[in-house]
Amino acid sequence: MNFDDTPQEAAFRAEAKAWIAANAPKQYEDELRKASLGRVQLKGANILEVAKAWQKKKAEAGWACLHWPKEYGGRGATPIERVIWQQEEGPFGRLSAMFIIGHGMCGPTMMAFAGEEQKRKYLPPLASGEKIWCQLFSEPAGGSDVAGLRTRAEKDGDEWVINGQKIWTSGAHYSDYGILLTRTDPTVPKHKGLTMFFLDMKSPGVEVRPIKQASGASDFNEVYFTDVRIPDSQRLGNVNDGWNVSLTTLMNERMSIGAGVATGFPELFDFCSSLMLEDGPAIENRAMRSKLANWAVKASGLKYTSMRAISALSRGERPGPENSIGKLVAGSMIQDVAAYALDLQGAAGALNGPEDAEVAGKFQAMLLRAPGTRVEGGTDEIMRNIIAERVLGLPGDIRVDKDVPFNKIPTKGRA
Amino acid sequence: MNFDFSDEQKQMRDEARKFLSEKCPPKAVREVLDGKAAYDKALWKGLAEMGFLGVAIPEKFGGAGAGHLELCVIAEEMGRALAPVPFSSTVYLAAEAILIAGSDAQKQKWLPKIASGEAIGTLALFEGKGNPSPKAIKLTANGGALNGVKKPVPDGAIADFAVVAARTGSSGRDSDISLFIVDLKATGVEVKSLTNIDPTRGQAEITFKDTKVEPLGAAGEGWGVITQVLDRAAVLMAFEQVGGADRALEMGRDYALDRIAFGRPIGSFQAVKHMLADMYVSATLARSNCYYGAWALSTNAGELPEAAAAARISATQAFQHCAKNNIQVHGGMGFTWEFDCHMYYRRANAVALGLGSLSYWEDALIDRMRKKNAA
Repeated sequence: MNFDDTPQEAAFRAEAKAWIAANAPKQYEDELRKASLGRVQLKGANILEVAKAWQKKKAEAGWACLHWPKEYGGRGATPIERVIWQQEEGPFGRLSAMFIIGHGMCGPTMMAFAGEEQKRKYLPPLASGEKIWCQLFSEPAGGSDVAGLRTRAEKDGDEWVINGQKIWTSGAHYSDYGILLTRTDPTVPKHKGLTMFFLDMKSPGVEVRPIKQASGASDFNEVYFTDVRIPDSQRLGNVNDGWNVSLTTLMNERMSIGAGVATGFPELFDFCSSLMLEDGPAIENRAMRSKLANWAVKASGLKYTSMRAISALSRGERPGPENSIGKLVAGSMIQDVAAYALDLQGAAGALNGPEDAEVAGKFQAMLLRAPGTRVEGGTDEIMRNIIAERVLGLPGDIRVDKDVPFNKIPTKGRA
Repeated sequence: MNFDFSDEQKQMRDEARKFLSEKCPPKAVREVLDGKAAYDKALWKGLAEMGFLGVAIPEKFGGAGAGHLELCVIAEEMGRALAPVPFSSTVYLAAEAILIAGSDAQKQKWLPKIASGEAIGTLALFEGKGNPSPKAIKLTANGGALNGVKKPVPDGAIADFAVVAARTGSSGRDSDISLFIVDLKATGVEVKSLTNIDPTRGQAEITFKDTKVEPLGAAGEGWGVITQVLDRAAVLMAFEQVGGADRALEMGRDYALDRIAFGRPIGSFQAVKHMLADMYVSATLARSNCYYGAWALSTNAGELPEAAAAARISATQAFQHCAKNNIQVHGGMGFTWEFDCHMYYRRANAVALGLGSLSYWEDALIDRMRKKNAA
């Protein structure tokens, strides 16, 4: 039971630390450190350009996509080295937000299913941040039920013709490429008629419409496909085997641990520590202390759960479904923490302008972003199902559409 | 980094689990629950023979000299099995107090007896309702004689000796409190068993009338020692709680898989699945906080006070949460005497109070976090 690096880990950490100290864009460090959940902005700079420049610099020095093989633009590092890098990169890691889907999910899917020539062509610019990728899975009719999607792909000679709509596509508005899950056979049960492709987002017939979220930001998009043509050579995996291909993508999502999840607690504790109420310092208040203590042990529990997972990684074990805990706990916690911070501000808690709101509106921003955290990448309910089924071994949910041809599945709840 | 127990420690856990599953099945717990015995004497003897009672006691004082990480491992198994023995009062409270404050002669006298199972010890701290506080201590020690009443005293009716917190000054400061070791067989000691929500761990009232005592540690330094003992015991007890929480979760899971209603296992209903998933989450967060507490305890780190409070709160919540929802999963069967669910429910709610209630540890955690932030 210790927090010490092995000699190899210590050497890697020292090397990473030195390189970051010499190369990171330090002029943005403070802003990045203070950025609130889901709102990373830099004054007087285009964040996309700053992020791309940092990623390129990392790639040139061999610090991009650490866990990828060298020939595809990575470093061939161990999972624990990747975690060490994240720890050392600290606030600069927030600049990677727009690359996460490409690096964490699209890249590994390409590695598993694209041809060798394609891999050498597409992966290095993805690793270096020159090209950004998105993942086109969710649809209005298929959110948590991903396999319920309706976007069609029909074969026409050596090409496929795509028609339909995707939704909740993070970063589609600045993406160059995307991986796309489509329906190629509606006459078989839903999981059996899907096929995966990758495509150029600038292809004719692709239209991206940003979605304005509750927070006012537009991180997600609707993407419409009208007679979009994709060559068969850009198919990933076999025809109608898209479900298995997508599972590879989703499994890779889990490998992205170690950075620590945002709970809002450190911000709340700071806020409460200096807050004065009518009857004295807020932190002396019994009810407040109880609330803070409850959140404190959740936040520390998550922190040390992730350290246990990192220890397992360093022993060569793969992270399992138990890592669903972080998102499940942090999602609703940050929502509650934000609402409580507003409550402490009384009527003024409703103000959202950076000049009028306490702590520059940090908690207001958190409150409006938090509902998204509980939904994206799997809702709380899906996370609980994952824990119940894959960790505790309880039976799967009953799926009445499992063996029904897709085109026979009812599409409305009420007649 | 290795934020986990070593292979040797895990091996010890397996050994302890195997031993307890044989020597401490639910039937044995029920003997004590039903009042047929004050504690499981055979199990106590067995624990001594296995070296578990003295696992963190140095070899020169008759222990195994393994350490506190090993004691954490054993504690988890004791909690899992609901072992009806005075382990926590003797090992976490009395032995730790002597290890911290005892003279060499006192260590030579008491620790080997604890390790061998010959002496049961306890800490007599509380005097009625309320949380640990120097102000709440009214019992006095004057001229080597103790006068006053302590209750509840864990395992007080079966203990051979007690570490007693007594008032030796009237300045209104923590330095009014001193500690003493009292032989409970001595004249002037009256012990009465008290009924409590978890009869598998007895509680007693002890009255002292001009009882002759021997100081433990320096006069006026008792409260500092008490705080250290409570912090250490909080980590160890948290492991017991996590062991209990895990077992309650397992019982609920197994029942949800076996019990059929409406034509399918109840564990296939999302409401039940999600309740069990939440039990897993609380037990896992608690375990992680406990690991940090174990690290702090075993390295005597400056973080121990904060880590102990976090482990205590988290594990208390997890055990209560898992124990009560285990009964809920079991439905009507869950609250019958015949099923074991209530034994975990009793224990969860009783151990939640014994070292000070949640509000005490919440206050402690916030104070300690503020102190760290100010530093």
